[in-house]
Amino acid sequence: MNNYFEKNIFVNHEGPIAKGKKAADKGLGYEKSISGCGLTGLISKNRTRLSGKAIVESLCLMNDRGNGLGAGYAAYGIYPGFKDFYAFHIMYDAPSVRWTAEEFLKANYHIEKIEEIPTFPVKAIAISPLLVRYFIKPLKEKLAGDVNESDFVVNSVMKINSEIDGAYVFSSGKNMGAFKGVGNPCDIAEFFRIEDYEGYIWTAHTRFPTNTPGWWGGAHPFTLLDWSIVHNGEISSYGINKRYLEMFGYKLTLLTDTEAAAYMLDLLIRRHGLDIATACTVLAAPFWKNIDNMDEQKKEALTALRLAYGSALLNGPFSLLFGHSNGLVGINDRIKLRPLVAATKNDLVYMASEESAIRAICPSPDKVWTPRAGEPVIVELNK
Amino acid sequence: MFKSLAPPEYLATIDQVKCIRCKRCIQNCGWSVYSWGGDKVLIDTSKCVKCLRCYHYCPEEAIQILDNPVKFKNNAYWGYNNIRNLKRQAETGGIPLTGMGSDLPYPILFDNLLIDACQVTNPSIDPLREPMELRTYLGKKPASVEFEKGKDGKLKLKTKMPPQIKINLPLIFSPMSYGSISLNAQKVLAIAAKECGILMNTGEGGLHEDLLPYRDSIIVQVASGRFGVNPDYLNAGVAVEIKIGQGAKPGIGGHLPGEKIPLEVARTRMIPVGTDAISPAPQHDIYSIEDLKQLIYAIKEATDYKPVSVKIAAVHNVAAIASGIVRAGADIIYLDGFRGGTGAAPSIIRDHLGIPIEHAIAAVDDRLRQEGIRNEASIIAAGGIRSSADAAKAIALGADAVAIATAALTTMGCTICGKCYTGNCSWGITTQRPELTARLDPEIFAERLINLVHAWEHELKEILGALGINAVDSLRGNRERLRGVGLDTQTLDILGVKPAGR
Ligand code: SF4
Ligand code: SF4
Repeated sequence: MNNYFEKNIFVNHEGPIAKGKKAADKGLGYEKSISGCGLTGLISKNRTRLSGKAIVESLCLMNDRGNGLGAGYAAYGIYPGFKDFYAFHIMYDAPSVRWTAEEFLKANYHIEKIEEIPTFPVKAIAISPLLVRYFIKPLKEKLAGDVNESDFVVNSVMKINSEIDGAYVFSSGKNMGAFKGVGNPCDIAEFFRIEDYEGYIWTAHTRFPTNTPGWWGGAHPFTLLDWSIVHNGEISSYGINKRYLEMFGYKLTLLTDTEAAAYMLDLLIRRHGLDIATACTVLAAPFWKNIDNMDEQKKEALTALRLAYGSALLNGPFSLLFGHSNGLVGINDRIKLRPLVAATKNDLVYMASEESAIRAICPSPDKVWTPRAGEPVIVELNK
Repeated sequence: MFKSLAPPEYLATIDQVKCIRCKRCIQNCGWSVYSWGGDKVLIDTSKCVKCLRCYHYCPEEAIQILDNPVKFKNNAYWGYNNIRNLKRQAETGGIPLTGMGSDLPYPILFDNLLIDACQVTNPSIDPLREPMELRTYLGKKPASVEFEKGKDGKLKLKTKMPPQIKINLPLIFSPMSYGSISLNAQKVLAIAAKECGILMNTGEGGLHEDLLPYRDSIIVQVASGRFGVNPDYLNAGVAVEIKIGQGAKPGIGGHLPGEKIPLEVARTRMIPVGTDAISPAPQHDIYSIEDLKQLIYAIKEATDYKPVSVKIAAVHNVAAIASGIVRAGADIIYLDGFRGGTGAAPSIIRDHLGIPIEHAIAAVDDRLRQEGIRNEASIIAAGGIRSSADAAKAIALGADAVAIATAALTTMGCTICGKCYTGNCSWGITTQRPELTARLDPEIFAERLINLVHAWEHELKEILGALGINAVDSLRGNRERLRGVGLDTQTLDILGVKPAGR
């Protein structure tokens, strides 16, 4: 942690962010970060923008599920004034890195606005990277021919994260953003003034990393384009999930397997065109013994999914929430080795690691239930 | 007669006090080591191969087969076998033959790889309480699948799936032809394959009609000799395999001498009785990759598009070759490492050509991934798989399934004596002599082989459980769960495995 620079005091690139990147580049030197966690999320189906106060309260109730080495928040609907621009949140180890990244951005994007992400001094957070956000749009000429805009943005994120040492894009969607860092949930919330943002979907996460020191980039939510993921678990199939994703050009540079889950969703939903429910049956595939007993049509469909996407199965304990521009989804691994509880109240749906985290902000829900293993809870925003 | 200057490898000895003169050893030895001397058993120890049949059938424990204590003078460089082969070549002018896989002390990578297990941060899974999936499908997989919403709003598959072979666990039996092994040995394999929901492979010897009831568990092979190949044969099994090479003898063909071609073998191979069955070194219609493509598609046309497997020996450039084979349309690529077994091969070839299967799996899996075509074919790894641990390691390195032959034969009595090429196997396995093959009762020995497969199945489930994963899909290519001990950096790099402690 000493390697972080205090705001405006810069240290060399042996800082944790750069370190993480180099390790990943070597491939074999990569060390997977394993962690236990707590997560919570909520969505207003009617798109009522809610202050971050509730989600902070819900997360802070689960302080004991983390160890103060990482927490974060993601929110949708927070940048209505810039909703047509990609909001890049980037963390830098040093200002020199910032210039390199900005040169790259300028060469490829129209930049509507650049500003440092507002932060407020918190005693417990003595040091932090330089945090900057950009509202940008790919330059028209860069999208000539059949270049897909999303692919272009994803490639930019991959490029900055894997090639510019000491720079990390930790949020890249439209009208949404992630805020995360090393610290406990309340301190991180205060640091970013989470209460000042208003969004209709919120996810949050507290982290309990067990083998690598917490570092800013490794905290959740993990995001790519409009996807944001908070994840509790350890994906025991990480090795093959990573190699599978690499076949499709994804570069896994972070130290958490949550990244694999995020890219997997991007691959399945955005690139292969599966709907969310089907993508969930890939991540937490039903057992063969169940598939064998299904009617022919379903059996054929699920067999094909398992054959094509065997390497995409996330095997091992997990519960995860993923937010996207149209909704929120919660899902467990195929034998439910990690907790997940859901509840509804009017147009609000809550999902969290613990029921108490929901009741802390919604004392009398209309309905509370425990989703079954591998069965996703899919909530969509009303049109 | 001039006594051979190559001293016998073994000393067969009988304790004359214990011996009750039952003559069972005489009857049992396929190599005629023993004969009756009127009042006691006589021993011609130069013929002994230490297959241990006599030992097992001696009721009195009177027999001991010792390594001949008379050896050439110890020499770290001129080993016993070097000198012995020189003497034999001096006497015969021929190429010393051998059977089974190479026994030379090359490094064994499997023994330098360890598998991970869960502790605390992720739970291990108890295979006795939780489902544990080993089911594997061999064949091309689509890169992605498309659906259309059915009338009922439910998922309906739009993608046309390529043909698949379902096996209950990622293990099959390697090809062994009728001719190289006995029909009874093939029947043992067929019965066990059917019972276990896996596959056997005819090898290049045609398909005997007795095996037809097991056709749903059989891959038929087409090799350079084209023995027994006709449209019915091609369509008889669940897939067709084109054999290009064999790990024990890459780049060379096969030669089954006329003495081993009795009527039944001749009929099955569709050649005259007593003629030598020669498999040329290359397939004479495959001199390049485009020729292979034509054969693959000719077979697909002839079989209404059954999966086609291509078997190659693991050689230095295996990754590029495999990529070519996949691009030529193969559904399965079968890699046979240099430790792979054989019925007969020149020892100079067996012991010095090819590369280990561990390197080959890693190189091929990497290459196919780099080219984005790993889904286009399943990889079967063979060549010295000794245990379920070897199988698990092979799968973690990137294989879809493994194939075993030697391990399967040991359940039939084989002691890996390596003298299969003589055609005298006392256990009735690699022989066509009726008095020997009659010993191998297919039903009885199939039980033993089935036991072995089930035992490995249980072990694989335990390994998955310890890894905290409940489907073999999550082990396949998951090198993150392997660690190397005592391997150099470059080998680790090739295998894509971290050293233990990292
Ligand atoms: S089998 Fe044993 S007891 Fe019988 S003759 Fe041979 S050595 Fe003697
Ligand atoms: S099959 Fe027979 S001859 Fe061949 S190694 Fe085994 S026991 Fe020896």
